[in-house]
This record gives sequence, C-alpha cells and structure tokens, in this order.
Amino acid sequence: MYQILTKEMLTPNICRMKVSAQRLAAAAQPGQFLIVRADEKGERIPLTISDYDAKEGTVTIVTQKIGASSSDIIAHEPGEAFSDVVGPLGNASDFCSMPAEELAGQRYVFIAGGVGTAPVYPQVKWLHEHNVPVDVIVGARNKDLLIYVEEFRSVADNLYICTDDGSEGFHGVGTAMLEKLVAEGRKYTQAVAIGPMIMMKFSTLTCKKLGIPIIVSLNSLMVDGTGMCGACRVTVGGKTRFACVEGPEFDGYEVDFDEAMRRQGQYKSEEAEANEHHVCKIGRGK
Amino acid sequence: MANKIPRVPVREQDPKVRATNFDEVCHGYNKEEAMLEASRCLHCKNPRCVGACPVNLQIPDFIAKVVEGDIQGAAEVIARDSSLPAVCGRVCPQETQCEGSCILGVKGEPVAIGKLERFVADNSEHVASGAKATKAKVAVIGSGPAGLACASDLAKWGYDVTIFEALHKAGGVLEYGIPEFRLPKEKVLKKEIDAVRALGVKIETNVIIGRTITIDKLMDEEGFKAVFIGTGAGLPKFMGIPGENLCGVFSANEFLTRNNLMKAYREDYLTPIHAGKKVCVVGGGNVAMDAARTALRLGAEVHIVYRRTEAELPARKEEVHHAEQEGIIFDMLTNPVEILGDEKGWVRALKCVKMELGEPDESGRRSPVAIEGSEFEIPTETVIMALGTSPNPLISRTTAGLDVTRRGCLVADESGATTRPGVFAGGDAVTGAATVILAMGAGRTAARAIDEYLNK
Repeated sequence: MYQILTKEMLTPNICRMKVSAQRLAAAAQPGQFLIVRADEKGERIPLTISDYDAKEGTVTIVTQKIGASSSDIIAHEPGEAFSDVVGPLGNASDFCSMPAEELAGQRYVFIAGGVGTAPVYPQVKWLHEHNVPVDVIVGARNKDLLIYVEEFRSVADNLYICTDDGSEGFHGVGTAMLEKLVAEGRKYTQAVAIGPMIMMKFSTLTCKKLGIPIIVSLNSLMVDGTGMCGACRVTVGGKTRFACVEGPEFDGYEVDFDEAMRRQGQYKSEEAEANEHHVCKIGRGK
Repeated sequence: MANKIPRVPVREQDPKVRATNFDEVCHGYNKEEAMLEASRCLHCKNPRCVGACPVNLQIPDFIAKVVEGDIQGAAEVIARDSSLPAVCGRVCPQETQCEGSCILGVKGEPVAIGKLERFVADNSEHVASGAKATKAKVAVIGSGPAGLACASDLAKWGYDVTIFEALHKAGGVLEYGIPEFRLPKEKVLKKEIDAVRALGVKIETNVIIGRTITIDKLMDEEGFKAVFIGTGAGLPKFMGIPGENLCGVFSANEFLTRNNLMKAYREDYLTPIHAGKKVCVVGGGNVAMDAARTALRLGAEVHIVYRRTEAELPARKEEVHHAEQEGIIFDMLTNPVEILGDEKGWVRALKCVKMELGEPDESGRRSPVAIEGSEFEIPTETVIMALGTSPNPLISRTTAGLDVTRRGCLVADESGATTRPGVFAGGDAVTGAATVILAMGAGRTAARAIDEYLNK
C-alpha cells in the first residue's frame, strides 16, 4: 500500500498529494509519469510526477477532478493509502541525457496550462540546478485557477503569468505571451508545452511560426503504461508510436494533435455515465 | 476391458446461456465421472503422454491415484512437476501434447488428461510446503507461467525467491489475457498463486524492471545472485493499414486487459470498455477467440476475420468449437486492407479483400493470396486486432550485455542462460508468443540451470 502523507487543494478541483513510494521515488526523473489505482475497483490512472524525493521515498502527484476515478483519488485523505502506485513510466526529458556542453548553450521556455503546470516544475527545477536559463509562462482561465506560482518563483529566471480574463498578469493566453516575448527580442533554443491537448496544439503552431523547436508531453489514454495495451498510440511523424514507452514527450511539430484529441475522448460517454450513475455493461449492444 | 469405456463427456454451460455471462464454460468432472474416465488409462509401460508434456507430468501415476479415489494423493503426484495444475488443466493444448500422444487416441478417443488434471487440482488442498529459504537470493521477473514455475522449483530447493511484477496483480497473461469464462481468477488462479506464495516465494507487484529498478541494481545493490526473466510477449502487433488509429480500434491486449485485469464487465468496477453493437476481431489464434467471446458477452454481434480457412486457424479446436456454439460468425479467407471512419473519427466499416489459398509457404501452410477486385466492406463499430504479440524491449534496452534476436526475443541457450552471466530467461520472452505450458517448461529448465550456476 502507498500511504498518503500530505494533501492540499490547490484550486477547488486540483489536489496535490505527497505519497510514499520508495522504489519509484529513487528512480524518477523529470518528464516521467506514474500510474495510480486508488482502490481495488478503481481504474489505473496515469498522472504526471510533480516532484520526487529519493531520500524521503516520496512522490508528489497533482490530480484534477475529471471523472469518477480522479474523484476517488482526491477523496483519499492523509493517513489513508492507495492500492497501487507504479512507475516511473515513460522516458526522462531529453535534457537529462544531454552532454554538459550542449546543455550550456540552451535557453528554455515552458508553456504550462492547467493541471499540466505541475509536471513542468521538476523540469524547471532540474534545469535551474544545472544552470540552464529557463523562463516559464503559466496560463489559467482566471487567477483562482493558477497553480505552482510560488514554486516557480524560486526556480525560474522569469515567470510570466497569463489569465484568460486578465484577473492576474498578462491578459491573454500563453502563446500570445510567448509571441510578445519573442517580439521584444527574447531568444529561446527550446520550448516545452505541457497542458491540455488543444493548448499544446496551439503552442506548437505558434512555435512553428516563431521558428522555435517545441516538445510536448502527451497525456494519452493508457491501461498498463508499459507498452502492452496500445491505447496510447499516437501518430508522430506519420508513424504510430506508443506514448507510454516511446514518450510521453515528442517533437510537437510531428504530432497529429487532432487524432490525439479524438483518441483521448474515446471513453467520454462511458466516463460521463459513470459520473451520473453506475451502468450495467453486459448486454449493452443488444 | 477398460478401453471399451467411451470417453466421459464433460458438462458445460449451455451455449445460449453462457453467451450472456462470464461464468466458466466448462463445469468439469465430478468424482464419479473422474474415476470412470481415469479407469480408461492403459498405464503404458512407456507412457508417451509424459514425454509429450513440457513439464513431464507423471500422468499415469496421478491417474492411478484417481482410479483409487485418492484425489489428494493424485495432487501430490502432480505437485512434483507442476505448480499450476488447475490452470494447465484448463488452458493447455492437450490435443497436441499429452492427449495427442495417448495410445487410446489411435483408434478412439484419448484419455481426458486435461479434465482429470483439472478435477484433481480443483478438489485437493495445497500440497507443497516450501523448504526454509537458506540459499542465495534469486530475482524472478514477471509473475506469469514461466516465472511462477521457475520460482516454485527454486523455492522448493531452498532459494530465497522474489518475483517482481509490473502490474498490480500477479499472474501475467493468466490474469490480464485469459478471460474469466476460461480461467476463473478468484476460484482458480488466485488459489494456485497462493500455493506458490506458500512455498515461500515473495511477490512484489508494481515493479517495472527497466524503469522502477534495473537488473544491474538488483544484482549489485540488492544482493540477488541470479535473475530469471519471464516477461512474456506483451507488445501488441498492428497490421499497419490505414485507419488503425481511428477511435474504436483496439488491440486484443487492451480489450482483454480492460475486461480481465480491470474487470470492465463488472458493474462495480469503474473501468470503461467499448464493444458496441458489432465487432470484427482480426486474427485466428486463441487470443482472437478470447476477444471475440468477450465482446459477444458484452452484447455485440461478433465476426472473426481471418485470411486463411478454418482448417488453418491456429486457435485450439475446443476454443473454436466453443466460439461457434456461442454464435461467433467466422469470415474466413478475408483480409482487412483498410479501416474506414466516420466524420467524428470513429470506425464505421472494415474494408477487406477476399483471399484464396495458394502454394504452401515456409510454415507448410498454404499461403493466402488476395483475389483481385474483391474488395468489400463489413460495417462495424469496433475492430479488435489479435495478430500476435512480441516481447517487451524494456529490459533488453536497460540491461547491459543482454542480446536479443532480430525479432526482439532474448537470446538464451537450451538451459535458459542468456548472454549475460547469472541472467536466465524463458517462455515467450525467448520464443515469442507460445503457450502457458511451454513457458512453464522453460521456467523449470531455467530453475535447474540457476541451481547449477549457483552451486558452481
């Protein structure tokens, strides 16, 4: 069992938990994710790793309430435990294996949206610790939905806050902020976007226009997370790839986002039903 | 004369009834039936059945105990060679192994060895108790048939064995792949895995070797003196035809894992699954039959789409027969060339060509050839690809000195030794997708090699 040590609601729908998972914490790297199964009857839910501490043997997860399974995760309290926490899954971010001389010439910009802001944190922290200049653009609908602002202040060279309604920081979306920064003369060697699929799609379009390479982190549907089920398959550069073992990070220019968005919504109707009331699945077609 | 008794038929759920539930198809023998069937065995001096069994189960010996009505005694005979008799009695291809070589089968029906093994396993108590773990630490990767068989033997000989399992439940393909109606999980599988645990084997779930920890760390930092890799063949294959990433196209692995491991068929579990009104399953192996019969039970009309004829179906005869009884429709000599979608990106039809059988290929089977101009569409909501699987590259990529073949299989010699000293492998990870019992056989062979290696 994997004990929950701390829990805090970052917004009314986004929850941060620190969970005990010794082996996972010792192996985790920026860019990787994990899978949580809250209890015996729950789904296996892929979640990004928002922080990890090998000494403490803990990982930090940030969950947004979407369906029945994410609600179950959030319903757990400190002192209770999840049935299963497994990982780290996927590959570490490219920069983790970059030679020092190559890393020295980099200047990163992160575009973070919604709950995708959380997994940006360990990446920015890692780059900061390795003396790579890094700017962070955090976007949310309004100021009450912003997360990780304080955390970024200590690790980012520059932090830009954007809200759709202008209630805090720049009035507009993250991509508009990026365009503004570039127009002002800021130069980046690499952009990274993590957030809703649609936001990553538009970040990619903007970066293409600006001539900045971009990496996106795909949160596809998954069951096992080890390459077994193929639910996470995405078309990248015209080829089918498994996000769980070949990703989750891919070159944004190559990703077929429209297909990825459709595939992500495959079980939407079932999820909605599970939220409303439970459904008998046997004999449904007849 | 004992061999004049006809083979005792086994009771099964009515096909119409079982097509709507996930309860086991076969009820198995009762004691009276089992004893009668057991009395048919001729107790050959040189029993061919034993040689045909990958774990060399002493078949005539356990059957002799059944004849006497000593079921526990029969279980003790079986336990010497097999740790999963209730599983093997259900899923082994007996018709090509023990029963296929039974002398009674020459002129009539062979002894129902599988059904007898199952009866004994279902009607006896755990036999084996483990030796105290006084010997070296051995890590077994994967808790499927190969790993369980290897771990059982090593634990019996006094080794300190830990199995590492990537999923949250032990059993490997027995848990995620084979459906409840062929292999009940709580009643049968859990009982056998508990018996392996009773031997002293530790099972650590949620550990993905290559990600959570590497083989190097297990050996260098955690003190494991030898490692057995029994990670199976878990990667699904796709056809590479247009439309395969449409919504409603699934690998059989995904479809079966959702239903078996994640229990999507049960309303008290949260797992979603999509079958719809009509399903096409592409492929003709046991996995295709399992996926088809699962979709049928979820309420769909199901077609098996296969490019050769029924005679070439690689699935077990019994499975094909059961599928036909339940109302699965077989579209033979049919090969998909494209999956067609609707405006929302969901499957609407499977475009196929008609095939005919041409010259025999390398496998000796007549190879199917497309008939020109024969394209047609099968309207369908769901397509399930059951084209076979290949080994997961996670371990070979993260372990130095471990060679793989071009097809991604681990290189191992007859004893299971890989190219890295102290690391052994067996089962589907070495051979590519095969059977439960062959994997168990390989696990046992490797256990002997590990014992020798550690005693050098």
